[in-house]
Amino acid sequence: MTVPHPILVGPARGPVAMFSLIAAESAIFTIFVVAYIFYIGKSQTGPQPKDVLEAPIFYTLCLLSSSLTIHLAVKGLRKGRSRDFGIWWCATIVLGATFLFGTLSEWNRLIYRDGLTISTNLFGTTYYSLVGLHGFHVIVGLILLTAVMAFALSGNIRQQHAERLDVLSLYWHFVDTVWVVVFTVVYVIGR
Amino acid sequence: MSTESIAWRAPQAAARPLVDKLHEWVTTVDHKRLGILYITYALFFLIIGGIEATVLRIQLIRPHNHFVPPQVFNRMFTMHGTTMIFFVAMPVLFGFANYLVPLMIGARDMAFPRLNAFSFWMTAFGGLLLYFSLLGANGLYGAGNAPDVGWFAYAPLTSLAFSPGHSTDYWTLSLLVSGFGSIGTAINIIATILCMRCPGMTLEKMPLLAWLNLVMAGLVILAVSPLTAAQIMLLIDRYLGGHFFDTQAGGSAVMWMHFFWVFGHPEVYVLVIPAFAFASEIIPVFSRKAIFGYPVMVAATICIGFIGMSVWAHHMFTVGMSSSANTFFVLSTMAIAVPTGIKIFNWLATMWGGQIDFKTPMLFCVAFLFQFLIAGLTGIMLGSAPFDWQLGNSYFVVAHFHYVIVGGILFTLFGAFYYWFPKMSGRMYNEKLGRLHFWLFIIGFHLTFDFMHIPGILGMPRRIYTYEPGRGWDVWNLIVTIGVVFQAAGVLVFIGNLLWSYFRGELAGSDPWDAWTLEWSTSSPPPAYNFGSIPTVRSRRPLWDLKHPDDPDWKYE
Amino acid sequence: MSNRPKGIVMRALKSMLAVLWFPAASAFAEPEHPFLSPTNIFAPASTPAYSIFDLSLFVLEVTAAIFLVVFSLLAYVVVKFRKKAVSDGREPAQVYGSTQLELAWTVIPILIVVTLFLAAARVIASIQNAARPSNAIEVTVIGHQFWWEYRYPSLKVVTANELHVPVSDPAHPTPTFLTLLSADTDHSFWVPRLAGKTDLIPNHPNSMWIDPHETGLYLGQCAQYCGTQHAKMLLRVYVDSRDDFDRWIQEQRQPAHLSDVASQGRHIFEITACINCHAVAGTVANGRFGPDLTHLMSRQTIASGVAKNTIGNLIAWIYKPDVFKPGCEMPSMGLSVQQSAAVAAYLVTLR
Repeated sequence: MTVPHPILVGPARGPVAMFSLIAAESAIFTIFVVAYIFYIGKSQTGPQPKDVLEAPIFYTLCLLSSSLTIHLAVKGLRKGRSRDFGIWWCATIVLGATFLFGTLSEWNRLIYRDGLTISTNLFGTTYYSLVGLHGFHVIVGLILLTAVMAFALSGNIRQQHAERLDVLSLYWHFVDTVWVVVFTVVYVIGR
Repeated sequence: MSTESIAWRAPQAAARPLVDKLHEWVTTVDHKRLGILYITYALFFLIIGGIEATVLRIQLIRPHNHFVPPQVFNRMFTMHGTTMIFFVAMPVLFGFANYLVPLMIGARDMAFPRLNAFSFWMTAFGGLLLYFSLLGANGLYGAGNAPDVGWFAYAPLTSLAFSPGHSTDYWTLSLLVSGFGSIGTAINIIATILCMRCPGMTLEKMPLLAWLNLVMAGLVILAVSPLTAAQIMLLIDRYLGGHFFDTQAGGSAVMWMHFFWVFGHPEVYVLVIPAFAFASEIIPVFSRKAIFGYPVMVAATICIGFIGMSVWAHHMFTVGMSSSANTFFVLSTMAIAVPTGIKIFNWLATMWGGQIDFKTPMLFCVAFLFQFLIAGLTGIMLGSAPFDWQLGNSYFVVAHFHYVIVGGILFTLFGAFYYWFPKMSGRMYNEKLGRLHFWLFIIGFHLTFDFMHIPGILGMPRRIYTYEPGRGWDVWNLIVTIGVVFQAAGVLVFIGNLLWSYFRGELAGSDPWDAWTLEWSTSSPPPAYNFGSIPTVRSRRPLWDLKHPDDPDWKYE
Repeated sequence: MSNRPKGIVMRALKSMLAVLWFPAASAFAEPEHPFLSPTNIFAPASTPAYSIFDLSLFVLEVTAAIFLVVFSLLAYVVVKFRKKAVSDGREPAQVYGSTQLELAWTVIPILIVVTLFLAAARVIASIQNAARPSNAIEVTVIGHQFWWEYRYPSLKVVTANELHVPVSDPAHPTPTFLTLLSADTDHSFWVPRLAGKTDLIPNHPNSMWIDPHETGLYLGQCAQYCGTQHAKMLLRVYVDSRDDFDRWIQEQRQPAHLSDVASQGRHIFEITACINCHAVAGTVANGRFGPDLTHLMSRQTIASGVAKNTIGNLIAWIYKPDVFKPGCEMPSMGLSVQQSAAVAAYLVTLR
């Protein structure tokens, strides 16, 4: 038997849980980042990062600007402007998908042109793991964003859902922030 | 205080077919039922892990014994360690947290009941996955069944070269899967405690149990996640040909040690802080006094949480770290003795001047104080890096951490079982059997784990399936094994007591201990919705206020 | 070791005294007669072990004092504040805390902790940062599943399982510095009477040093789980007088003493896979996965200290290694008992 439980004191449970999840995810990413940094320059065979990596500036800008669009989308919904919400939410999905496409085309190039796979050397192992872990989070985020889009199209997203979408946008901001760290580690420090 | 006891009658069991009842349990999202599922599951694995320990001890009863072959012995200690940590200690503590936290903070359920069910089933699946290795791990090229890499699975022993077949994969996957469950539960506990408290229950008026579980959940989030990351890396190494821990390709074995112990040491506090929580609830009630120094107890716990994150490498004093790193980890390790010491003194001060009633829960808690003291002192010895160069990885370490986990955690857990059994089942346990359990178990415990220190001092390393005669280890190992018999007998009495009391025990009533926290204000067992109306509290001991309107706590806090 | 009941009781009593941290613990520090066990950590015979022993006595004294204080408090509380048989039904006085008391049991432990930390830090520095004198013996220890390889790079000696080092006069120390490597999984070098343990980790070279003060045989074993036969990876360190050590080095540097006595066994040895793993200097056998057998008979044990080095044990070991070490890396080559005996007959000529 489930009885609705009133929230009587303290903060809303959604953001609290999301911040806890973000803490856990940060710990996971920290371990991968530490491994990446520790293994920089320890590969015994090529290819080395400086030979094959190019900083994906455009795709990075796409992902970072998607943080802004999701913020505008939720803001629009909170004010009851569902048209604004729809446009910005779509933009977020498009930007996220563009970023994902960027990662995939980079991998395609690395694998087929440069012959770097996850088992080639330590660089391959750490690179694909770290970028792949981030990419996995982007995919999860895109699935959630698309699901919300589907709800919106069927007219099921209304003003009172803004708080819940805030929780989702927290996750998306986290995915973006992690990319800043990954970008710095892989394309700036690691090269 | 507006609480009313609600007469709640268990639905007639015989009236419904078994399938319906089972279906109800499998699909439940009720925190109390999930708590009981966690606890039952853990008890089941406690028996399995205990049997494994017994096999180990029979093999070591004398030098050059041939009870089991070395491969089996190695599997047994791997399974024993993994089972006891991940599928006994964590689930049972999560179970109690699940059951007690909402009741003690005046909530009707956890913040996310469905996430709660999901977490439990992930944990359960993890345990089954580990034991499925016995059947499923004989890959095409037969290389053993259960994992045999030790519970901390040092690289590169876990690489495909040294562990072919699938046994190590099952080990990795089971910890990965149950790790997701643990993180889910931790998020749930945090959200519940921060967001679901009843009116009036500010953070400084929460029962200590809630506070300690909050810290525990925070530690789970920060500690289990690194383990998850490390397990993903290990899977990448084993399945995708990665080189994280592949020393032939420049990978680092020491890296795994760091990642494992970044999880592994905070894990000790994940387990021991809930044990502290039980002691902090039971000792005041049976001493008839308020907990001494509540704010300091909270601060000390938070301190332990923070310092506990920075001591992991004291498990690695022998791996050849620099002298400055060794020195740092000596300091951080020793520092943790201070907040832990504060706790022991505060419990003693709680008992001081009280009227101590030595019912079974209190007996276990007093034994806990004694044993935890010794465990802390042997911990100081091991924390002193040069001393650890001798004692590390010897039977002294094994004795030390069993003193913590059995002497500390399991003893308070038994106390918690007896203390909250009336609440969970609605019936009193049998006090005589409880005492018998206590005395059998404490005798067995001290026979086993006191004498286990000695072969360590005499140079016996851990994880050896047999040993040479003439090393002076024989007598001690014999005594250690004899202790197992008493412990096993104690556990049997315990389980017998639970079963007998569940069916035949006296009715307990809602508040058999004349206790002070909210869970005793509702009926035993509590109704599905816990409280008829959500209570309002003014102090840390709402039921004390109710029972002593002339001298309530909120006047002093 | 006596097996008489009285002996056992005496041993139990003595060790209980020792373990209860009697100040008399130093009484059994005599290196000649290790008390209770040849691997007793409280019977040091080399500087690192002595430093640790001194520190451990200090730690034991401090922890014993803490134990006595807290235990007395606990015992007092448990006895004094039991519930009275006759009670007036009133709750005892409620005390919520005391800043002074809590401050006291915060500050005093901090002082104790700082003291213990300083003591440990001093010993860490004295052992880990010890200078390496020019006359030090250098040995590279390589851990294998499940045996020990010893290489003396400057002396050009390779041997297995039985380490020989010179005795070190405290007035003129000739310490031995060990470089610790691993060929496969993690191991740990632990001879309790000589020094604390240090792990052998692949791709992570470690080092440690010993300077035994007395000649004799010192035992130990692998202390880091390394696989199936971790338990039978025993350590034997022979501390020789300087003359004996130099003589031993001279002998080890010779190529194998080959004779025609056991040519049949040598033939079998060289046409089976034995030579893929074992080396006998001066012959075609140059494998490196297993112990070097050039001077096999200079060693007292086989299979990493598991069995005495007798011809009977050699035959059994060659015929079926699982008899001594089930799951070890040396395979049974499928030789008959006669062939095994012939190979053993060859091996015993390798002095």
